[in-house]
Amino acid sequence: MKSFWALLSRDVILAVREGGAIGTALGFFLVVVSLMPLGLGPDLNLLSRIAAGVLWIALLLAALLSLNRIFEADHEDGTLDVLATGPLPLELVTVAKSLAHWITTGIPLAIMAPVLGILLNLDLAAYPILVATTLAGTPAVSFLGAIGAALTMKTRRGGLLLALIVLPLYVPTLIFGISAVSAGAGPAGVGASFLILAAISLVAIVLGPLAAAAALRVQLQ
Amino acid sequence: MQTLTQRLANPTRFMELSARLLPWISGAAAILLAYGLYLAFFASPADYQQGETVRIMYIHVPCAWLSMMIYGLIALSSFGLLVFRHPLADVSAKAAAPLGAAFTFLALLTGSLWGKPMWGTYWVWDARLTSVLILFFLYLGLMALRSALEDESAAAKLTAILALVGVTILPIIKFSVDWWNTLHQPSTDFTSTVDPSMRLPLLVMAIAFTLLFFAMHLKGMRNEILRRRVKALRTQAVAGRDRLAAQAANQGAAE
Repeated sequence: MKSFWALLSRDVILAVREGGAIGTALGFFLVVVSLMPLGLGPDLNLLSRIAAGVLWIALLLAALLSLNRIFEADHEDGTLDVLATGPLPLELVTVAKSLAHWITTGIPLAIMAPVLGILLNLDLAAYPILVATTLAGTPAVSFLGAIGAALTMKTRRGGLLLALIVLPLYVPTLIFGISAVSAGAGPAGVGASFLILAAISLVAIVLGPLAAAAALRVQLQ
Repeated sequence: MQTLTQRLANPTRFMELSARLLPWISGAAAILLAYGLYLAFFASPADYQQGETVRIMYIHVPCAWLSMMIYGLIALSSFGLLVFRHPLADVSAKAAAPLGAAFTFLALLTGSLWGKPMWGTYWVWDARLTSVLILFFLYLGLMALRSALEDESAAAKLTAILALVGVTILPIIKFSVDWWNTLHQPSTDFTSTVDPSMRLPLLVMAIAFTLLFFAMHLKGMRNEILRRRVKALRTQAVAGRDRLAAQAANQGAAE
């Protein structure tokens, strides 16, 4: 357990001190969201109707950018080989690294989302739900993303391939994230969508590390 | 007592058996396809609502059925590779992926051609269409991942992992798309019963397409095995040439 926390805090500290890692994702998020009104026109009614969808899609894209950071750097400098021979099973290594990705990307993006909601004229009542759903949904983004990151670790044009592999897997997160925010219009209201979103995240937390660790084992042999 | 899959683990035995089976499967597929097309285009009535466009269904439904069955086959092969390390499992998964993508694409294409006269537009964000589209993306992901990796044995295992992840998430995707669809538009009820006069051509076409797939799949697997043999022979030849060159150099040095 000690090595788990050590790895987690190392990854978080690296992401924070490296500079740019968190800031880039947030900056990208901001730019994509502010491009939307430029593309769709400044009609505030329209923007407030599609705000939840725009925020979620921009959030997914921003998180996607930093996914290859999860394993690539550690693979290149050999840290991953050391971790593989260490006391911590590879599954827990991927849990620690995905969790670090969530802390350094998912949480900042979730906190940033309501600020950007102002730009899109999002209904004020939806703010608490927006923060809650982005916090509940982003673990799925990090843990499913870790699968893609592990699978494409050694490929050359990894970034584009990662997007092609991972984005279809994000469909359930996207759908329930948006349906919880868009004013309880769903068949069973906000509560049900939120619970299903949390369930998807839990499934991702189980499935992601298993698949990612299997993919790492294949490549570290 | 060996099971069939164990006996087929020997590629040579598989090549023998598949060479004997292939003409029969291809022949049966060709005959059934001809019969099915005749039934679909000449011997079956036009629909009282949909008119002649209903005949698109005889191509569309088998493609849609295959798009799902082939993903199931890929998942099964991937499981066979990762758990039992069956040597033909990867050959099967590799040969099936482009075929699956092609049938999924055909299902989407025929569906949209049918949609134009029926719904007035080529594309509707209907729950089924959307989930088939995402299935198509999953096929593309499988093929892209395989082509991006140089090491073939690593590519095989990584693609297998992705296929199994996909098959785990597919039901969740299907469920969420159904849910999403009820948000936007009332779902269309496709489950109304099919008239017997259309059921026979549909059944014949479904069997014909399935046989067609298996014929192409077997052929694809045979090609893949041959390709791997050629590759192995080439590597051997190069290694042998290098060894001879090294020997000659050694002799020259000794003299």
